[in-house]
Amino acid sequence: MKNPLDSIVGTIISGFVLTAILYVFVVNFVLKAAA
Amino acid sequence: MELIITRWIHILAGITWIGLLYYFNFVQAVAMPKAKADNTAAAITKHIAPLALRWFRYAALVTWLAGAYYLERAGIGLGNAFLLKGSAAPIGVGAWLGTIMLFNVWVLIWPNQKKVLGLVQADDAAKAKAARVAFLASRTNTMLSIAMLFFMITGSAHGLPRVF
Repeated sequence: MKNPLDSIVGTIISGFVLTAILYVFVVNFVLKAAA
Repeated sequence: MELIITRWIHILAGITWIGLLYYFNFVQAVAMPKAKADNTAAAITKHIAPLALRWFRYAALVTWLAGAYYLERAGIGLGNAFLLKGSAAPIGVGAWLGTIMLFNVWVLIWPNQKKVLGLVQADDAAKAKAARVAFLASRTNTMLSIAMLFFMITGSAHGLPRVF
């Protein structure tokens, strides 16, 4: 499989995917756990 | 006033850092193979890249220091942010991403770029390996910057709708 970081588009898409994953993580596993 | 100035410095340095990161990834890395093909790459490697890298790595350091100082002085707490405690969690994720990026700049990108640019001695095999490591670290930082900026702006959204 090709490394997505080898292309600019792949890098940007990876950044958005990572943002979504971290958002879900913070909302569901950090903030809810603290509430 | 102290907090506003600190935040201002943090953002100014951050724009310098991430602006140069995007320059390296979206402009220089794309132009370099073409410049090598017509023998004009020396202008970039000798004059532009070293200067850009100097601003890049020191802007990264100032951004981190100003951000850490701000977190502490603004009452959020560096420890609370890095431990993702309560309402400090979103900005804490941004702080973690920024810290990983600072590490990449000083530990992976800069030492390897010194080999690539000929600022330190390295044979061709070592240069090729260094170029790949620096490239991937730089692309990783570009990817991380997208998430980092989201958490930086939503973690302390003055006057904006709350995301968290």
